Amino acid sequence: MTRRLLTGNGAAAWGARLAKVDYVPAFPITPQTEIIETLSEWFDNGEIAGRMTTLESEHSMITAAGAAAITGTRVFTATSSQGLLYGMEMLYTVAGWRAPFVMINVSRGLAAPITLEPDHNDILAARDSGFLQIHCATCQEVLDSTLIAYRLAEHEKVRLPVIVNLDGFYLSFTREPVEIPDPEQAANFVGPFDPESSPLRASTPTSQAVAVLGGSPYSYFRYELHLAAQEALGIYDEVATEFAKQFGRDYTAIETYHNDDAEFSFVMMGCFATKAKEAVDRLREAGWRIGLVRPRLLRPLPEEALQKALGDKKAVAVIDQNISMGKGGVLHTEIASALYDLKDRPLLVSFIGGLGGRDISQEELFEMASTLRDAVEKGESPAPRLLYTANELREIRKLQSIANVERQELNLGKKLGEEQGKGKTND
Amino acid sequence: MTETAFRRMKDLPSTRLLGTGTPMCAGCGGLLSLHEIYDILGENTVFINAAGCMTLLSVYPFTPFRGSWLYTAMGSAPAGAQGIRDALDILLEQKRITADEDLQTVVLTGDGSAYGMGLSATSGAIDRNLDFLYICYDNEGYGNTGQQFSEATPHAAKTSTSKGPRGFPGFKKDLFDIWAANRPAYVATVIGTEPLDLARKIEKAKNIKGPRLIITLAPCPTGWDYDPKETVEIGKLAVQTGVWPLKEYIDGKVAHTKIPRQRKPVEEYLIKQGRFAHLFKPERNEKLLTEIQQRIDAYWDGVSN
Repeated sequence: MTRRLLTGNGAAAWGARLAKVDYVPAFPITPQTEIIETLSEWFDNGEIAGRMTTLESEHSMITAAGAAAITGTRVFTATSSQGLLYGMEMLYTVAGWRAPFVMINVSRGLAAPITLEPDHNDILAARDSGFLQIHCATCQEVLDSTLIAYRLAEHEKVRLPVIVNLDGFYLSFTREPVEIPDPEQAANFVGPFDPESSPLRASTPTSQAVAVLGGSPYSYFRYELHLAAQEALGIYDEVATEFAKQFGRDYTAIETYHNDDAEFSFVMMGCFATKAKEAVDRLREAGWRIGLVRPRLLRPLPEEALQKALGDKKAVAVIDQNISMGKGGVLHTEIASALYDLKDRPLLVSFIGGLGGRDISQEELFEMASTLRDAVEKGESPAPRLLYTANELREIRKLQSIANVERQELNLGKKLGEEQGKGKTND
Repeated sequence: MTETAFRRMKDLPSTRLLGTGTPMCAGCGGLLSLHEIYDILGENTVFINAAGCMTLLSVYPFTPFRGSWLYTAMGSAPAGAQGIRDALDILLEQKRITADEDLQTVVLTGDGSAYGMGLSATSGAIDRNLDFLYICYDNEGYGNTGQQFSEATPHAAKTSTSKGPRGFPGFKKDLFDIWAANRPAYVATVIGTEPLDLARKIEKAKNIKGPRLIITLAPCPTGWDYDPKETVEIGKLAVQTGVWPLKEYIDGKVAHTKIPRQRKPVEEYLIKQGRFAHLFKPERNEKLLTEIQQRIDAYWDGVSN
């Protein structure tokens, strides 16, 4: 074991290296590119065995990843944002192939407008694809989750691809001290790749991913996929427990922070949750009984664990770093559905923030806590809040004013030019 | 062509490796080609398929293939071939499988994918010098969805999205030249109704490494609107009129493998198909027929061998 300063991207590449991946189909996209650059260097100088192939798109990249996995190799790939959406058809397809491999997604907001900075609309668009999802908040967690993800994907009762998600810039480019497990110990933990029953081979001819006619066989295969994804919940707990025993780091399906005795909770995914941790610390100093719940697993959704962690709270603030147009926060709906069956469920308050990397300040988190207390006093949840400050709106208005002035001057210049032109022909 | 195992018709294999009873239409020219091709490729083959008519060859739980098959999506069959080829190479290099477990990676798509949606993935595979064989059955339209025009539809053909009096206003894209411009290992046109020419080309392609393309013209009774029994006749006429030149690209040179000595007038080919009926009825469209004939003549005027 060595300790090193690694970015989130570097940690992801180390995860792939320690899992002894055979094959990396790749395509560059910001802020993911550092992952494939790192792996490419290792392949080129012989530090790792196998092959990396740069495809011409993410659609092809995910096709190649799935095809190589069902041919019997351990596959790793990575993408982000627009790339994930470009490959979306194949996400659903290779999950249907039951192709076990691991893909990193470095979360980044979606166009339009085009941006480079993070939010979770990209990864949540893949929510129903059949890929399992592990969401990370630290660089260490990225490395460790990659190892856990291979065990989960390749488990005989699961056989599904897994996405390990980290936030662009905030995590992808932030250096943190990361413990790199001993390679032999990591290899033993992940184990050899088992191609299972019928990999593509001359001696085992097989027709795969064939068409079905009618809803009955279609439903059968879709239900199989769903049941395998549900099965993954228990398997995740087993694998994470074994990981904790071997490596001393515990990754339960949901992370809780000062939550046991709390009256109120924040719920957040990804590395912005570390901002909420700080707010919890400061609010507790001021006498609040408040905690944080952060789902690591989003698919499968650990509903029972969420019920246990949130069922006894007075009110819960779900902070979504995503937005479903015409509805609101996706995590909010997930949590609401998980808690609905409880008799005494907490009040849920929805906040949308952190879109395209917009900061969520401590003051805003304090304000959310106050909103929770007010909601409890009134006995009802307020309408969902879209976080935006008066100052931000003022800045946007200023930019719009500048743009308008520029446009007016341009139009005025054009008009003058035309008039001068006319004058000349009249002469 | 030298050292071929196929000198006469009776040299052709009659193994019939591809099973029968598939849901392809009666008289499918594409299926005819596939039967002939599969017999020569043999069963140590994995077909990587894109959305199209032939996706229905394997419908759960049945398959006509003795070898393997993987359906991908309309746009990325060559990328599927890349993943399988790379994986097999890794396993062979690391001695995790023996050489007799290897498979030929064969992409099988219609013209909709080959000429259009899949062209980016194809171009990438050629750039990467992927060792694969691409078989395109070209029935000159999106056949499986009811014959809308595609990039492979010939000028003036009526399709379900070009029903006007002049038919399809565009021109058939030259996929052969697009491939050849990328200097791949091999490109050839074939047709199931010229089985000897087809067999020699598949035999040759099978023994070359690198990106290889076979485009087989697939006369299509449903899409081209003719009686299924006419498939062979129409296929022969496609060659005899010079509409479908049989040729190959290898080592930087294009050679025609069957030059019709006395080309029949193109209207003998056109008049047999409902998709061109508007060129003859209610009255002959002399201008358009002349244009089509001139285009074919101009092509052959440029052929030197």
